Amino acid sequence: MSAQSSAIVLAQGLSKTYRIAEKQPGLKGTFRHLLRRRYRDLEAVKGIHFAIEEGEMVGFLGPNGAGKTTTLKMLSGLIHPSGGELLVAGARPQRRQAGFLQDITLVMGNKQQLIWDLPPWDSIRVNAAVYGIPEGVMQRRVRELADLLELGEELHRPVRKLSLGQRMKAELLTSLLHEPRVLFLDEPTLGLDVTAQGRVRDFLATYNRRTGATILLTSHYMGDITALCERVLLIHEGSLFHDGPLGELTSRLAPHRQVRLELQHAQPREVFESFGTVESHQEHQVQLLVPREQLTETVAALLGRFDVLDLEVSDPPIEDLMRSLFQQAGVSET
Amino acid sequence: MLEYRAEIALWALSGVLPLIMLGVWQNSGAASQAGWSPDQLRHYFVAAFLVRQFSVVWLIHVFEEDVVSGKLSPFLLQPLQPLWRYFAAHVAEQATRIPFVALMLLALAWMNPALLWLPSLQNLTLGIAAIWGAFLLRFLLQTLSSTLCFWSERAAALDRLLVIPYLFLSGLVAPLDTFPPAIKTVALATPFPAMVDFPARLLAGLPVDLSAGFLSLMFWCGVLSPLCWLSWRRGLRRYGAMGA
Repeated sequence: MSAQSSAIVLAQGLSKTYRIAEKQPGLKGTFRHLLRRRYRDLEAVKGIHFAIEEGEMVGFLGPNGAGKTTTLKMLSGLIHPSGGELLVAGARPQRRQAGFLQDITLVMGNKQQLIWDLPPWDSIRVNAAVYGIPEGVMQRRVRELADLLELGEELHRPVRKLSLGQRMKAELLTSLLHEPRVLFLDEPTLGLDVTAQGRVRDFLATYNRRTGATILLTSHYMGDITALCERVLLIHEGSLFHDGPLGELTSRLAPHRQVRLELQHAQPREVFESFGTVESHQEHQVQLLVPREQLTETVAALLGRFDVLDLEVSDPPIEDLMRSLFQQAGVSET
Repeated sequence: MLEYRAEIALWALSGVLPLIMLGVWQNSGAASQAGWSPDQLRHYFVAAFLVRQFSVVWLIHVFEEDVVSGKLSPFLLQPLQPLWRYFAAHVAEQATRIPFVALMLLALAWMNPALLWLPSLQNLTLGIAAIWGAFLLRFLLQTLSSTLCFWSERAAALDRLLVIPYLFLSGLVAPLDTFPPAIKTVALATPFPAMVDFPARLLAGLPVDLSAGFLSLMFWCGVLSPLCWLSWRRGLRRYGAMGA
């Protein structure tokens, strides 16, 4: 642990195994389940290692059932790891010491802490009391966060009468009232429309910039990750598949780059086959996939041989890469 | 919010079992069997009604739902033992009950003024302390049952097993003094008489062993507290935060 002691989140060989009772369908299965219960071990997280420095915003990616939420639950101390070492803000999360709980928050898009029948202000007051925040400080923090989140009179309406987007913003405000140093966000934009997603993203970026808080974010919306996180952790079937910059993940998942050409004179498809894989071909427009290491010489050769009006080089969209990765693994992403 | 107050009013109404039992016993000679006057029997059951109103514990029903659905998770993320939230909710509910219970007492007085009496200041003070003790004891007992929710998704069903001994051994269905001596001795060795019989007697001004009653409350609270703490700690290790 000492080698990376400056990290605010440090996981070494972190694993979690759930013991699950298995039941066959039907009456026979029910009796068997009652008399001779069978269990199987499900390894949700398999000895993963990573370290996150203070102030980093890290995306945590993976298909459903990959182990993202289980990892977040271990990081926030909700569940005990089955193995490995874990340090968050200098504490072992599973001990749930008051100092540690003051330093973190976990926001879950599908679960809320707001009291359903009361306005968010009441939940805010409860949280202020729980975290021992003085009245004046609470008022100031609520004002600042409400400004950033564009929340106003919604804080005085019962939670059940708020829209999904308003609820999530109020949830964020309530969760950040104690100014945690580490934010674990599990699908914070789940179910939100494009505008609300954008607002939440803008808020998180500003919050990170202003407070220097560390953010670990899971999302099924790649837009969240590409907009906020320079670094991503990709988990798949409980194992860490990638830990590094988003661009590196793109290179790893896509060893080719897309080259789009607009030509002055139409050319037959066959002439491009020696330059790379032809993805599409129309009279004046061609789209090729070129190996990354041959990109420079291929582009030079194309420019030398044809009358090129326009040329564009890009990475395939990250969404396509992730979908293809998860489909290869036999798991469909939602 | 009106709906919630109406719900609490209905809960208060549903706690009239002692008044029903009064109807059952008042003409049966139970008073003389216990060595009490008819007025004392009436006062005992009205006092038992008050004790029950202010010592109701419904922790396990919400706790089971919170554990199974993962609603417990946000509470676990805060630097406050989650049981305090449930405890505070019970205290708040008790306070909300006061006007409804007062109205019910007024209705009783209107129907039969002999049902009510004015306790001495000492009996009232000690009675309130004993009701709080009874509430605390019931809360701890149900906390222990509630921690079983970490092992079983239907711990509330196990808790219902405690309802029968509670009803019969607490003095809610019949005063303990009407029991055969052997059964009364067994009952007094359990925590149940401290939950109804002891505070009801105090409020009603009936003969009562004050130190034995409060010692029983303290003893059982003292036994249950570390068991709750241990079971909570063990159970929390098993919590899967499902649904969250």
